[in-house]
Order: sequence, then C-alpha cells, then structure tokens
Amino acid sequence: MAQIFPRWANEVPQRILLGLIIFATATVAGVWYYFSPEYTDVGYAPEQPIEYSHKLHAGKLDIDCQYCHTNVFDSKHANVPATQTCMNCHNQIDGQNKPKEVQKIRDSWESDESIEWVRVHNLPDYAYFNHAAHVNVGVGCESCHGRVDRMEVVRQVEPLSMSWCLDCHRNPEQNVRPVEEVTTMGYKPEKDQIEMGRELVAKHNIAPPTYCQSCHY
Amino acid sequence: MKVSKYLLLAVLVLPLALAGCRGGKFQSQPVHPNMNMDQQKRFEAQEKNEFFSDNRAMRKPVEGTIARDNLKEDKALYQGINEDSSFVDQIPVDVTKSFIYRGKDQYEVFCTPCHGIAGDGNGIIMANNYGYVPAPSFHLERLRNQSDGYLYSAIANGIRNMPSYATQIPVKDRWAIVAYVRALQKSQNVSEDEIQEYDVDLAALEEDYQE
Repeated sequence: MAQIFPRWANEVPQRILLGLIIFATATVAGVWYYFSPEYTDVGYAPEQPIEYSHKLHAGKLDIDCQYCHTNVFDSKHANVPATQTCMNCHNQIDGQNKPKEVQKIRDSWESDESIEWVRVHNLPDYAYFNHAAHVNVGVGCESCHGRVDRMEVVRQVEPLSMSWCLDCHRNPEQNVRPVEEVTTMGYKPEKDQIEMGRELVAKHNIAPPTYCQSCHY
Repeated sequence: MKVSKYLLLAVLVLPLALAGCRGGKFQSQPVHPNMNMDQQKRFEAQEKNEFFSDNRAMRKPVEGTIARDNLKEDKALYQGINEDSSFVDQIPVDVTKSFIYRGKDQYEVFCTPCHGIAGDGNGIIMANNYGYVPAPSFHLERLRNQSDGYLYSAIANGIRNMPSYATQIPVKDRWAIVAYVRALQKSQNVSEDEIQEYDVDLAALEEDYQE
C-alpha cells in the first residue's frame, strides 16, 4: 500500500510550530505597537481654517498662554479664544506674513460667524477632564501639550491615553512645578525635579485620584 | 529557500518602515476602533450644533437678562463709578499684598504685550512696529492724576483704540491690575523723603542698579 503522507510531510509539524511562533509574536508586537494611542493619536495635526501660528504668538511675541486661553485656571474647559480676542490686536495689525489669514478673522468679526477650529486634543466624552484642577496645583501646559511655543501648527505630542494619565497620577512629583511657572515654556527647575516635586506634592497636598469615579463617574 | 529569505526581509523591514511613522505628523482623524461613546449626543462648551443657523452649541443670552447671584448692583465695584456717574477715587476692594501680586500676574498676562513690563508703553507690539497706535506710558502726569475708577473703566470698557477686556479679565482682577498699575506709577515717581520714611537704603539700591 502506498504511503498516505509523502516524505516532506515529516517537516510539517516543525514548520507549523515555527510559523505559529512568528505569527503570535508579530500579532502581539504589532497590536502593542500600532494599536496604541502613541501610534494612532500622537502627531495629529489637522489643517485649521486659519493658518494660526503659536510659534509666532506664544514664541516670538511671548504672549502668555492665558491671554487667549483665559479660563484654564477657572474652568474645566480651556477655551479657544473668541474672535473678539483676535480683534484686540488685529483690528489694527494687518499681519506682515499672512495678511489673508488676518482678513478671515475680520470677516468672522463682521459676519458674526464663528471660526470653526478643528479640535486636536479630543478625549472621549466618557472621560471627564478638568483643566483648572491640574494647572492650579502646578501641572505645566508644556507637560501635556508639549512646546506649543515652537509649533507652527498644533499637533498632539502626548497620547492622552489612560495609562499615560495614570503614569502621572501615580507619580505626580515627576511633573509638578510651582504654580507661577505653569505657563512658562521650557521651564527648568532650579533643583532636582523629583526633590522639588515631592516638596510641592506635600505643600499643595496633592493626592491625584486613581479610582474610576474621578474621571469616569 | 528563496521565498523564506524574502519573507524574513519583509518581517524585518516592514515594521521598521512603519515604525518611522510613529509620532510623525498626520492630518486625518486618529483611528479609534471603538467610537461607541467617544462623541456622545450632547454638547460640550464650544462644540458645533448644526440645529442653529450659526452652528454654535453655546447660545447667547437674551440681552437684559440677569443670572442668579449676578445682579451687579454695586456700581462702584462693577463699573467703577459713583451714584452720580463720576469715577470712584479709590479701589472699592481691600488692597492687600497678595491682591497686588495677583494684579502683577494679571498685568503681565494681559497688559505687557502693549504697555510693557514697566508700564512705559514699550510692549513687544509697540517696540516691533507692527502698526498699532502707541500705548501711553503710565508715568505721565495725566495718568498719575486719574482716579482709580478711570483706570478700571479703561480695562472694563476700553478706551479709544484700546478694546474692552471685560470678557478676558474678571472684575476682581481688573481692580487688582489697577492696584498694580498704581504700584508701577509709584515705582517711577517717589520723592526721596518718602523712600527715607520707609528706611530704604538708597546707596545700596543704586549700587545694585549699577551692577
């Protein structure tokens, strides 16, 4: 009687095993790497209706963050400035580099139509985030939003994932700074960050919540 | 054997090539596999609502309505004027040290771009010739002699080319800024007698300044 399996079938179990190992490793590594918010979200820089440059306003002109985002210290929502804020200066300043963009602001002012900015940092609606609670204990703008004063177009630099939030909530001393320095870009602590952080955590009685209810209700 | 060589190459090179994209800029909406409750059917501040013709979810209140606890009865505090509509002379809030420091913070956020850190009208907008009408120095005789209510009114209602900052600066902070502007004015115009009254060592100060 002829053999049912040909000779090469001897190698099949080995190959299947090897194939499975490669496949499993690739799947786990691939999901871990490509499905994480560090890959899907970081670097999101949509085109905005107006070519607004933070690099010019916050960097070169050194305007404090709060001038436009007025409510960060008082409200959960850090507001996008109204057209009125732009018009404080741009009713007279034409914009040397991009006069067309300034014209869009004036059109919005004339027509009473809001400028439809595209939101870059967008948490899901089931995660409650409060800006005031963070800046008032000394989490700098830079820690979560990066060096905005160097961005021509705003992009997301941190994943805003839950594990990223919790990394800081478990070890807040890594990121807290004196409240006066919250809006300082490129802040360098005078002494060791961890040492200073521990003192500030004690001083402000910072106890970051790590339970579900604090963010998810 | 040739096929598995290509396979090996692909396994090594493909992730490396894709890894290069990590953290790079992109414009399309981030891909989230489960959007179930990400964008819920309710409106948050400054979101878009297509129901209304202006697409704003935030509606403007009807003019003349007053919110609870927001009557703003105290004219001196909220408008900086007396009953007879003249400007109040004095800040109607307790001026403490921390209040003045609050004023300093707020001044440096909202006022320095034009009026300068020393209040001399030399802010970055003015210094760089962008074409803005020059801001006056606070150290002019005219502005030193104005009442506190006048300065408050300039912040709250704007004055000539300066727009109103009522939407950006809350009432208490406007008064804090007035207090700090007064301190700035003092800093440029104090008689020697007055300094000696507080026992300040002038020689040491001058030496500090020279360095």
